[in-house]
Amino acid sequence: MTSYVIRRAKILGGEPTDIAIEDGLITAIGTDLTVDGATEVDATGLVALPGLVDLHTHLREPGREDAETVLTGTQAAARGGFTCVHAMANTDPVADTAGVVEQVWRLGREGGYCDVQPIGAVTVGLGGTQLAELGAMADSAANVRVFSDDGKCVSDAVLMRRALEYVKAFDGVVAQHAQEPRLTEGAQMNEGLVSGELGLTGWPAAAEEAIVARDCVLAAHVGSRLHVCHLSTRGSVEIVRWAKSKGWDVTAEVTPHHLLLTDDLVRGYDPIYKVNPPLRTADDVAAVREGLADGTIDIVATDHAPHPMEDKECEWSAAAFGMIGLETALSVVQHTMVDTGLLTWEQVAERLSAAPARISRVGGGHGRPLAVGEPAHVVLYDAEATRTIVPADTASLSRNTPYAGRELPGRVVATFLRGVPTVLDGQLQEVQP
Amino acid sequence: MKKHLLSAGDLSRDDAVRVLDTAAELLGVAQRPIKKLPTLRGRTVVNLFFEDSTRTRISFEAAAKRLSADVINFSAKGSSVSKGESLKDTALTLQAMGADAVVIRHHFSGAPHRLAAAGWTNGAVVNAGDGTHEHPTQALLDAFTMRSHLMPDGGTGSDLAGKNVTIVGDVLHSRVARSNALLLHTLGANVTLVAPPTLLPVGIDAWPVRTSYDLDDSLEGADAIMMLRVQHERKNASYFPSAREYSRRYGLDTTRMNRLPDHAIVLHPGPMNRGMEITADVADSGRSVIVEQVTNGVAVRMAVLYLLVSGATNEEGEGS
Amino acid sequence: MATPDDVSDAATDPVRTVLDAGEISRALTRITHEILERNHGSAEVVLLGIPKRGVPLARRIARRMGEVEGREIRSGALDVTMYRDDLSLKPARALAHTETPDDVDDKIVVLVDDVLMSGRTIRAALDALGDLGRPRAVQLAVLIDRGHRELPIRADFVGKNLPTALTEKVRVRLSETDDVEDAVGIVGSVAGGAA
Repeated sequence: MTSYVIRRAKILGGEPTDIAIEDGLITAIGTDLTVDGATEVDATGLVALPGLVDLHTHLREPGREDAETVLTGTQAAARGGFTCVHAMANTDPVADTAGVVEQVWRLGREGGYCDVQPIGAVTVGLGGTQLAELGAMADSAANVRVFSDDGKCVSDAVLMRRALEYVKAFDGVVAQHAQEPRLTEGAQMNEGLVSGELGLTGWPAAAEEAIVARDCVLAAHVGSRLHVCHLSTRGSVEIVRWAKSKGWDVTAEVTPHHLLLTDDLVRGYDPIYKVNPPLRTADDVAAVREGLADGTIDIVATDHAPHPMEDKECEWSAAAFGMIGLETALSVVQHTMVDTGLLTWEQVAERLSAAPARISRVGGGHGRPLAVGEPAHVVLYDAEATRTIVPADTASLSRNTPYAGRELPGRVVATFLRGVPTVLDGQLQEVQP
Repeated sequence: MKKHLLSAGDLSRDDAVRVLDTAAELLGVAQRPIKKLPTLRGRTVVNLFFEDSTRTRISFEAAAKRLSADVINFSAKGSSVSKGESLKDTALTLQAMGADAVVIRHHFSGAPHRLAAAGWTNGAVVNAGDGTHEHPTQALLDAFTMRSHLMPDGGTGSDLAGKNVTIVGDVLHSRVARSNALLLHTLGANVTLVAPPTLLPVGIDAWPVRTSYDLDDSLEGADAIMMLRVQHERKNASYFPSAREYSRRYGLDTTRMNRLPDHAIVLHPGPMNRGMEITADVADSGRSVIVEQVTNGVAVRMAVLYLLVSGATNEEGEGS
Repeated sequence: MATPDDVSDAATDPVRTVLDAGEISRALTRITHEILERNHGSAEVVLLGIPKRGVPLARRIARRMGEVEGREIRSGALDVTMYRDDLSLKPARALAHTETPDDVDDKIVVLVDDVLMSGRTIRAALDALGDLGRPRAVQLAVLIDRGHRELPIRADFVGKNLPTALTEKVRVRLSETDDVEDAVGIVGSVAGGAA
């Protein structure tokens, strides 16, 4: 296996130092390191972060290989600095059995670009009526610990209670897509000033907050772990903050797009901005930034949701929900949180690597610090760079980025997965699975 | 004027007055022996209707034909659209046929914006009603009707400054209410929207209007009152308890009409639910200008087509 | 309708006045008499001015005609915008008012305009008139005929023939439309500066 010496990297934005990588492990950190036969990687001016972990990725395979495959999705992830992604269960067939989750897990291993940790469905077929075989998925080779019906809400309070209780047996967590279905029938965008003007059916913040509040209380009652997916409103932040103040085991995520974009963008009716949960107001954006800064929101997760062009080149109401985000996530976080002084690079590493790995109990050394003896999951990131986002410049099969034409800071220069560079000089590398 | 008419908000005060003045001249054409002008000879106007609306379609069709345009009626029903053809492919087809204007009616809010903004067609896009969003030509014909009754000398050249207009009904789902609120405000009128709280959209505080839950409170001082159609289905979605209760609290009957000032007029965009939002004797009374609205609709749509299609293609036009 | 020669805002260019208020008044009086003479009185005559400056000119002729005939005579207006052949060359224009004092069927319609040049405005006017009815005859009165015809159209009654170069503009000012004293002037110079 090739050895590497990364020269003059700023670990978590600190003083420049060298990092030696041998046999997939970090073997030394210090100045003027020498390793026989090692490949030199000049990281002057670059920030080194632990490999990023995404707790919320839609890889679409099996079922919608026209939108994304496990291979292309993990390539996009590698270009975004991720070394582990969690594949959401809403595939076709749904990942609600040991067989399907093992298939996805295996596809990830065969690709070699990024570890793929499947998420299992909570209910059979995401139908919201009958629990899927959570234990079988937990016991499978995929070792599933996160369960979610994402895309749909486990709205039945009894079923949610049972799921929360049941996963305690194997230290699992239910990741809830908080959306009260009756309050969001036909909903197209955030309910507020803009939806009223545009005549689009509104999606009240209350529909999210009501479920977040209910689930927090349920999780506390049964003493289980709850993870709130893509939280998007000020009210949700406040509810989670309150639940945490009680000492309840509740974690929450926010997407990069909810840290940056607002519902004003819907005014042109371009479905590129159609996403679930919907883009909210500037006040909500401020609230989720504050929540992420003070730790109320534990992690950033991409909700990378690829869709083929024809599902976006249509009327708003006919279009699919979702945006891709793996390759822009770190840039958006830098722009909204680091450049604004809300987060340090150390905190970025916590929220995009350590915490998501902890929530999902994922193995493989993901989420570990950059330290001697740890598996070499490393991202080298040029925070000084700026780039204009071009939709076609992606490894994803889909082009539905909301940032087209937007200038964002930062660029992933290199990603190492267990000491193997999946990206070098910003380019995907050939990898041996 | 802008290239497209997608929202009543696209019109400045001067643009709107210009449309109304043009319509006033064109109204005379309907009274002539030859009801046709050669202005749009050789131009093609496509009526692209994804939603049934015979009234609006024939109004636009008559308008285009009176200007000598070639009219192609493209109805989604029974066409390739019902077989799953996308708006994009439909638009590209129309573009290939050389449509100079596309009059689009769609059940989805914002479909005309998509058509205009996505670059699928070069023609001028006219919104003939999109979902629960807007219906700008309806607002123009309403404003035209109000102006001709309420302003001195038929109102030519003037706006509706200082006039009080009360709009009553399902504002939440009404494209007519949205367009009227915008246009009437642009024209200087004071707009009051009256509805049960369930039928006013969230965020309406930011609209340039006054709102009220009480119809009886909003009658005195109104120069014009517009009753919106209320769909019976709304009752099933619990927007109000029953048709009877709605009609008792928000319907216009003779007693309420008699409390309006003597000069006040009654409008309704049609089709009416007689007995629901308006009683038959009000609809047929001397104050009702509902039939006149239909006549004015053709003239207003002629004006819109003339102003958008006849001239050289330009984005902003000239000010004068 | 504004004719192509009309330059409303070229106030800075030097203007050579060719007709003053008195001369314009005398020309209209002469035209009035010629119309009455040609048509054996005013009984069958309908005067229609072409906006914008043809309308007040028609009104002045009607007043003079009324004085001669001893009864009130009203003139009308005929907007030709929707019949122009150059609509697609410019942004859409505002319409002017069309109003006929009387039915035009079987009448002698006298069209009145300020300046006759290419004849295209009159061509449009003839089309517009045809859609209003079927006059027995149509005649044309203009204050200025400056030549440069592009269509086989001639005026029946002319206030003044004014030979001009194409580079020159004829500027008509009337108290009703322009808030200044009546005047006809030539703006601009002969091409190449030749005298």
